[in-house]
Amino acid sequence: MAVVNKGTWVEIESVVLTPEERAPGIPPETAKCPLVMKVSGFLANDASLGDEVRVYTMIGRQVKGRLATINPGYDHSFGSTVSELLQIGRTPDVPAQQGGQND
Amino acid sequence: MTDHSYQAVLKRKNQIMKASLGIDFDSYETSPIAFDYEKLMLDTGYSIEEIAAIQARSKVGNTPLYELTRLTELVRQTTAPGKGARILLKDEAANASGSFKARRASISIHEAKRLGFKGVIAATSGNYGAAVASQAAMHGLKCIVIQEVFDSKGVCQPEIIEKSRACEAYGAEVQRLSVGPELFYVLLKTLEETGFFNASLYTPFGIRGVETLGYEIAQQVRARYGKAPEAVVVTHAGGGNLTGTARGLLAAGCKDTKVVACSVDLKGLHMASDIDFNKKSFTTGHTGFGVPFATWPDRVDVPRNAARSLRYMDEYQLVSQGEVFYVTELLAKLEGLERGPAGNTSLTAAITLARQMDQDEIVVVQETEYTGAGKHHNSQLSFAKQNGIEILVGDPSQNIPGKNIILPRSLDDVRGRPQDMDRLRLSYLKNADKVHSSNNWNAGDIEFLASDLKTSSSWVRDAIRNGFKGT
Repeated sequence: MAVVNKGTWVEIESVVLTPEERAPGIPPETAKCPLVMKVSGFLANDASLGDEVRVYTMIGRQVKGRLATINPGYDHSFGSTVSELLQIGRTPDVPAQQGGQND
Repeated sequence: MTDHSYQAVLKRKNQIMKASLGIDFDSYETSPIAFDYEKLMLDTGYSIEEIAAIQARSKVGNTPLYELTRLTELVRQTTAPGKGARILLKDEAANASGSFKARRASISIHEAKRLGFKGVIAATSGNYGAAVASQAAMHGLKCIVIQEVFDSKGVCQPEIIEKSRACEAYGAEVQRLSVGPELFYVLLKTLEETGFFNASLYTPFGIRGVETLGYEIAQQVRARYGKAPEAVVVTHAGGGNLTGTARGLLAAGCKDTKVVACSVDLKGLHMASDIDFNKKSFTTGHTGFGVPFATWPDRVDVPRNAARSLRYMDEYQLVSQGEVFYVTELLAKLEGLERGPAGNTSLTAAITLARQMDQDEIVVVQETEYTGAGKHHNSQLSFAKQNGIEILVGDPSQNIPGKNIILPRSLDDVRGRPQDMDRLRLSYLKNADKVHSSNNWNAGDIEFLASDLKTSSSWVRDAIRNGFKGT
């Protein structure tokens, strides 16, 4: 597998608590899953995806976990247009033939 | 070797808290339920003017107060003649980091720096994380934010991803967790590992930081309209926004201003459920926090919560997700202000209140929050559709959280639903009874409970006699 170079910005994953170790009294659908943590940081040593690695986080702290993503980013958006919102608060004098509410 | 198991770390809670806050909460306690609240707040050692000065140096406060003239006009068209109070909006999005939470973070970070801590930690999935990260950045402290972000399938709530991004943008380490209340365990463990300051939402510093918000409202309204506002509406979750604002109003002498809480009704959705997590379109300002925190404030990450909402609350209105999204769209289209939906929860309740109030009266909406990808009503509705939530247009009072979201047909459909305050007070007393049996409550306990519930000692005594049942 391709080597990920030391110093690359990556995301690691780790299991913080297994299902058996979780807090008492949580709903069953939550209790059956492990508590998972994801943290981003600079890779401490050359490694491959899936390896147990160490990273230095943005504040320089060392954290251990499984190498999951290279160059993690954000792709959240404003979503697809929700047409139900479009009619709200329109200028009242827009005629129906121009997409007014009674069109 | 230190034991890092869940049970072992929670057992060390009190010593971790003491080391990470510099406050000895034990010294304020007078019984298992009562403590000297005012002394705890006073011992922060800052006057409101000093807090304002610290905030001014930290790019916080003195936010604009706008009159929403077109929205007020529209409300007046849907109500009885002579009714329809002026609606004012405090644009808290103008603070560094884009929300009122900067007020809360600023004093905590100031205190952390004064005490010589090298870094701060906050466990929050809300705007507070970005506020702490932003304040830590400008004061040269390291910052860790612990968030609940994704479900067991790895699907993230869009609003929380945006908050992760914002925290990282301010240079923080972000620990992103799957669903569950063990966020608190991770907080304790990380505080112990790092020796950082616990920038909890619920310390006296955090709450005192919000007092300037109420104080500014009083000053701005008086300067422009020559009187105090008749009502201030506050989006309510953990109680800090309401507590701090109300204390600030009182500090400015607004004794008759009604303090109205408002939350989004998410009845039926469990906050710790892996399945329900992504069925919510609001991640804060909802009843999943608002009701439990009002009826038992001491359920937080500090031994005694400085945010005690029933101490200051006069009314509590619930609104639906659809109503808030509708009002968020109206704010953009009528007033030219595009702001985040969670901050507009109180604006939604203000419409109902304004409708009942006289035209010469004033209702203030005390916050807005920034908006952007993820933190936007269109992203939340689009995400809801992807998760099988039906988006309808109709009567929003018929909505079922987690199944559908009903957008109002017109402003006339925007109607808050007032909660029974005495029921909330009784629920608080039942919780207090579980912690410390009411058979053992002494006069001091009853006096504390009466103050904490904004009621009289005789009301508390009657409630005990009636077995905490409503009349």
